[in-house]
Amino acid sequence: MATKKTSSAKLFSDKTQSIIYGVQTAAIQRMLDFDFVVRRSTPSVVAVVDKTSTGYHKVFFGEKEILLPIYRTIEGAAKKHPEADVLINFASFRQAYVTSMEALQQPSIRTVAIIAEGVPERSARMLRKRALELGKWIIGPATVGGLRAGAFKIGNSGGTIENIIDSKLHRPGSVGFVSKSGGMSNEMFNVIAQNTNGIVEGIAIGGDRFAGSTLIEHLLRFEKDSEIKMMVVLGEVGGTEEYRIADAIKEGRIKKPVVAWVTGTCSEYMPKDLQFGHAGALAEGENETAKAKNKALRDAGAIVPDSFDDYDVKIRETYEALVKKGTIKPAEEPPIPNLPMTYAEARKAHQVRKPANIVCTISNDSGDELTYLGTQISKIIRENYTLGDIIGMLWLRKRLPEWATQFIEKVLIITADHGPCVSGAHNAIVAARAGRDLVSSLASGILTVGPRFGGAIDGAAKHFKAGWENDMKPEVFVEDLNSKGIKIPGIGHLVKSAQNPDMRVELLKKLAKKSFPATECLNFALKVEKVTLQKRNNLILNVDGCIGILMVDLLLGCGFSNEEINTIIDNGTLNGLFLLGRSIGMIGHILDQKRQKSGLYRHPYDDVLFLDDIAEY
Amino acid sequence: MAHRAIREADAKRLLSRSLKAQGFFKEYLRSIGVDASTDLETLPRSYPWLAGGHLVVKPDMLFGKRGKKNMVQLDISWTDAKKFLKANIGKKEKVDGKEGKLDHWIVEPFVPHKEEFYLSIRASNGSDTLMFSPMGGINIESNKDSVKTMEVPVGEGFDVETLKEKLLVGVKDKVLKEHLADFIMHVNKFFVDYDLVSLEMNPFTYTQEKTLRPLDLRVVLDDTAAFQQQANWGKDFSFPEAFGTVKGKEEQYIAELDAKTGASLKLKILNPEGRIWTMVAGGGASVIYADTIADLGHADEMANYGEYSGNPNREMTREYARTILEAMTRNPDKKGRPKILLIGGGVANFTDVAKTFDGIIDAIREYKTAIQKSKVKIFVRRGGPNYKEGLRMMRNLGEELKIPIEVYGPETHMTYIVRKALEQ
Repeated sequence: MATKKTSSAKLFSDKTQSIIYGVQTAAIQRMLDFDFVVRRSTPSVVAVVDKTSTGYHKVFFGEKEILLPIYRTIEGAAKKHPEADVLINFASFRQAYVTSMEALQQPSIRTVAIIAEGVPERSARMLRKRALELGKWIIGPATVGGLRAGAFKIGNSGGTIENIIDSKLHRPGSVGFVSKSGGMSNEMFNVIAQNTNGIVEGIAIGGDRFAGSTLIEHLLRFEKDSEIKMMVVLGEVGGTEEYRIADAIKEGRIKKPVVAWVTGTCSEYMPKDLQFGHAGALAEGENETAKAKNKALRDAGAIVPDSFDDYDVKIRETYEALVKKGTIKPAEEPPIPNLPMTYAEARKAHQVRKPANIVCTISNDSGDELTYLGTQISKIIRENYTLGDIIGMLWLRKRLPEWATQFIEKVLIITADHGPCVSGAHNAIVAARAGRDLVSSLASGILTVGPRFGGAIDGAAKHFKAGWENDMKPEVFVEDLNSKGIKIPGIGHLVKSAQNPDMRVELLKKLAKKSFPATECLNFALKVEKVTLQKRNNLILNVDGCIGILMVDLLLGCGFSNEEINTIIDNGTLNGLFLLGRSIGMIGHILDQKRQKSGLYRHPYDDVLFLDDIAEY
Repeated sequence: MAHRAIREADAKRLLSRSLKAQGFFKEYLRSIGVDASTDLETLPRSYPWLAGGHLVVKPDMLFGKRGKKNMVQLDISWTDAKKFLKANIGKKEKVDGKEGKLDHWIVEPFVPHKEEFYLSIRASNGSDTLMFSPMGGINIESNKDSVKTMEVPVGEGFDVETLKEKLLVGVKDKVLKEHLADFIMHVNKFFVDYDLVSLEMNPFTYTQEKTLRPLDLRVVLDDTAAFQQQANWGKDFSFPEAFGTVKGKEEQYIAELDAKTGASLKLKILNPEGRIWTMVAGGGASVIYADTIADLGHADEMANYGEYSGNPNREMTREYARTILEAMTRNPDKKGRPKILLIGGGVANFTDVAKTFDGIIDAIREYKTAIQKSKVKIFVRRGGPNYKEGLRMMRNLGEELKIPIEVYGPETHMTYIVRKALEQ
């Protein structure tokens, strides 16, 4: 098909700006890094399009960070950024057609690069037709894109910054290069850099059978591009496009030297239907073979090696002849600005260190496998670690002996629930019935845990430990706290009494007496209880007190130092046991209410004494 | 892959589906695909027309010119057809120089006819090319002058008058001309709607009931369109391999690995006794390595073609390398010459070269003894991210295992290792 393109020879300059379809974090950053190295004054990307997000995409432009706006539609982005005339489309093969069509419709967009592989051929052909009608360019599908040395690069073309510099892509040379294969483009940039002063522009049109723009169209563009002095083409078995190049050379529409090679000469030694790497690389007729096409190019006057093996030699000879003729005057190399490393790169290269903001000493998920206190989760499961083991490891940073972990688990079971009337469960129920979700309802219940409800464990542990440590007489201990106006934590119960003991306390005491190496703190507390019971028969050692005191005995038995135990208590660790245990019950009450679909709770009037006629303050 | 031929029975079913949906056919074409799994005894229950006899039986194996090869049974009874099929399903046969099993057949009613027409539609870059001849059949190639051509720009329709003027100019009978024009319009819509890249009906004919029927039909689909053709194509067909394609053990294994990963792993064993083996990264580069071996005159020693790309993980590259090493070290060279393994590739875009070498190195370590026994010489050439580390690892490996490994980077021309190796 005849080309109707009216646009100028140069698709890209160092002022070219683009819109990217798809939040391609790495590709966008690579484009901007290229911009910095080639000393562009403006970034080559102005906006990003993504169907599902809005806001800004943050990137580095040299040392600075800049924000690229994200739009939901290509139209929206193009309208706001008429200065961008390139759209780089990273949409999947499913979306490539619709999005590329949308891009072509934008008056400000002149070139669309389509990266996706596997775009249906009819879609690709329709896109090409539309582009031709509009006098626009498509590069791809199934390509990495291409670049203009020292000016503009499409997406991931050219590889890493080191490669860009090694292959002299940071400043223009003299060669226009076009290939089908995107994968081979970096290799060819390298070959050209080693044998000439480098490329001016390199385009990979993509490996599909029907590309959005063809080899010959780019060569005709290169012919008009005054910076380009010679051309290198890498064609491929399959299709007949290389004949158009031969025709153009014969007809004098291409006058600059063309060094060409068509790959796939091995196909005559291969099974007939073997599909090579690219979708388009299958000869469907004798004239589509590499051999026939190489011959046609050679006959037309292109410089064609005997094999890829001396492609480099032919490129060098052609270049050197042009230098000799004075057509090419090798220029001095420009200085290359040093691209600042990102922190991640610098770390990888052992070039930087930085104090951490967060130190974690209990678990690690940064390796292959999650660990708790250095033990792999697979070992923990395999060896049947218990919940008590895990609490020891994550709360106390210690593998606890079995008697201790069993006690901790019994504490969790005993504290798990205490009916619907206690303040935590009550609050949780009221919140659940108000239609709140599980987390909110649980939080509502948990927020009642404090010094009067469940929170006495730490206090009891602290005071009774101090009394026992100082060898205080129980009477003195009680008097001392009384005189300070402190209600003894862990002593006293609203319902239970000496005659009606709390079964939970009895169970815990029994278990500790049986399994602990020693229960000295408990023994002291029981002496204190005797004193308080003389005052009133409900001043018994309650469950909070019993847990707190026995936890002191437990920590002592596990070998924690006095200092360590004080820290453990001060940090609220022991209250954590109540919190954890009781959460089980509160979740139960919340689920219970939800299961029943209970309606909003409203406290009955007859349970409130209304005294609104008393005198004001 | 992109262009995939399908069996004639499947092609006729898809054509029927489309033409029936368009209201052109009242029912599906009578045609049945038969293979070893078909229960021939109960078949007439589903297809009562079989019992009427007058059947055609042809192999349905993608190859053409079956008439010229005397492989078509014409106008036979169902009893004879059944007998013939039972004797011939799975029969070994050499066709066009390739040996394979005739395991798929097609059974159709025999259509007595006078005229044989030719129709083909083929996708090219800017247009679909329609070709028609009133003198179709097995001698179409000698009637080339009778073939008329019409280009339909992609995405555009055409009217029936243009069609008559351009394609059917040689058809004198006015009623027939109308019929043909109508038929071709509908077949073209099938071509477009079903993402075909080529269709050939040679011949199709005018039956005694004055309807147009394809006698032979060849269809090639664009398999990248599968995602948007689920409703049209259905699930009741597959893309068969060309006749006589038998995957070896190694090829089968790599094809299975390939299907498991998002990366690409390809392997074709060309000559298991060949001395030159390649393990090349990238579709483009792999062809160039094979080219260069052939261009330098060693095509007959080329053992395999293949490529790995798209960032396969360590396990995948290890399995790929193991498969090649296993195949190449199975028997030492008969003349006692060293074998050659080319681990080649261009300058990678973003693949971490050292990482892809990890799996290959694992495999070489594992096959150390076999490598030494078969006197394998290894040549490496690669560039791209972290290539220096990758090349260093390869060099160290050679020294450690006492295996000859020559290592080159991007400063050396990509195919230099081919020439260097062939000097051995």
